[in-house]
Amino acid sequence: MSAVENHSSVPERIFSAKLLPPAYASLMLGVFFLIPLGIMLAVSFFHRVEGAFYEPAFEFANYARFLDAFFIKILAFSIGLSISAAVIAVMIAFPFTYSLTRASRSTQVFALVFLLAVLSLSEVIIGFSWSTLLSRTAGISNLFAALGLLERSAAYYPSLPALLLGLVYLSFPYTVLVLYPALSRLDPELSEAAQMMGASPVRTFFTVVVPVMKRTIISTIILAFVFTLGAYILPQTLGKPPHWTLSVHITDQAIFEANLPFAAAMAILLLLVSLLMVAITLLMGKDDAAGGKA
Amino acid sequence: MKAIRTIFMIAVFCFMTAPILVVAGVSVNEKKRLLFPPKGFTLDWYGELFTQSAWFNALQNSVLIAFFASILAVSVALPVALFLWQRDSRFARLLFSIGLAPFMLPPVITALGLLIFWVSVGGSGHMAATIISHGVFLVTLPLVTISLGLESINRQLIEAARTMGANERTVFFTVVRPLITPYIVSGFAFAFVLSLNEYIIAYMVAGFTVETLPIKIFNSLRYGYTPVMAAVAVIFALVSIVVFGLVARFGDLPRLLGAAARDAK
Repeated sequence: MSAVENHSSVPERIFSAKLLPPAYASLMLGVFFLIPLGIMLAVSFFHRVEGAFYEPAFEFANYARFLDAFFIKILAFSIGLSISAAVIAVMIAFPFTYSLTRASRSTQVFALVFLLAVLSLSEVIIGFSWSTLLSRTAGISNLFAALGLLERSAAYYPSLPALLLGLVYLSFPYTVLVLYPALSRLDPELSEAAQMMGASPVRTFFTVVVPVMKRTIISTIILAFVFTLGAYILPQTLGKPPHWTLSVHITDQAIFEANLPFAAAMAILLLLVSLLMVAITLLMGKDDAAGGKA
Repeated sequence: MKAIRTIFMIAVFCFMTAPILVVAGVSVNEKKRLLFPPKGFTLDWYGELFTQSAWFNALQNSVLIAFFASILAVSVALPVALFLWQRDSRFARLLFSIGLAPFMLPPVITALGLLIFWVSVGGSGHMAATIISHGVFLVTLPLVTISLGLESINRQLIEAARTMGANERTVFFTVVRPLITPYIVSGFAFAFVLSLNEYIIAYMVAGFTVETLPIKIFNSLRYGYTPVMAAVAVIFALVSIVVFGLVARFGDLPRLLGAAARDAK
């Protein structure tokens, strides 16, 4: 900026015209993202009116309701399920991404295109696809039956393992894409040095690569956890009603129970949990020496 | 070791493709039944997407929303990215973080906020509301790609243009814009594909009146099965692969996704 300051022949008007685009962008983000979140926060303290929406009030009843055992259980289940899925996804994604960054460039591009495609695939489509793959008439159990491993084919969903599998599938491309920058910037000399000293590739991976990337791994697990917390369709298609997560219950309360204040209170809680998690990863990312910037 | 690594990567690849392959198989069944391996072969279900008005209507909605929402997303992302690039002020950084936020949070939060917002101001149930909601929600993608594009511009180029007497405007249109156009296009492409596939926001904002394809699939899934769903799933997967394939063809995809420079083998 400073270099052009001495040009100052057409000052004020151009200056204000230049600020128009950022002003427009701030307005859009403010009105359609921040204000909705603000209204939601307000509504979470409102009083619910049966048959109508709500009336302004300032009460903690919606938050208090969350303390009853039923919703505590849902929160605990959602967190447990998402953490399990995140940990499994990262356990597969880490060695996968490490191998990928060491593969040829064309392999990398191919895998990235494919993973982006899966990542952007609607959760509805993923849910439908897995329910087909796990179904009795079109699923893998047909294959097992044909091979004689099973007497007759069976449906494997809805069930908790099916849901977990779906969530791992959902978060896998995301974890690979989060790990990819850090792992592709990892200094190759590091593992070369270890191998020169006689360590096997597997040993190098576990004793050099994994410890160096410890922070990256943990922050990826946290990000994947927040990502899976958002899953909304899979618990409904692959799981049974007891497996419904917080995201499902928020929508259920908002749309089918028409209880916006309570839905808002749950969403605020989910927001706080997510923000806390993201903040932790940002703090951790700051001084990850070997992992490069996240 | 190399063999183990290859086998592992292929196994993961199979795991990732299996559901899509089965759905592709199911989509060509002759009868309206969920069978795999498929019995008979027909592409009629793909045709029904275009001939059955309920499905075609959803397809139209999805494409319209995705197109305008992506333009909106780019229109918001571009000034934010430029602003941060030109002056590294605290406000610019704040604006940038707000642009990233929708994507970091579980989408149900944004969706509920938007539902309450549109109910309050009276836009819920209209396609315009879905377009604006998607546009703002998807700002993150063009924001990230355009910022990467700006970062890769050599500042000396700008200085040179200025020394030769170009003003801000000329610098932008003759130097900056041509250099970031590929990043704008890929940002648009990312936003477009994600809007096509987005469910929860579209559902909460206007799901009962403006049915998009994901909403239509989920609704039909509740009332029974039709192979049209499988056909849509296959088409969506193909569209994403083609779009990202094009982004990779004309741009540096590994760099776009954060790999260091173009020095990998």
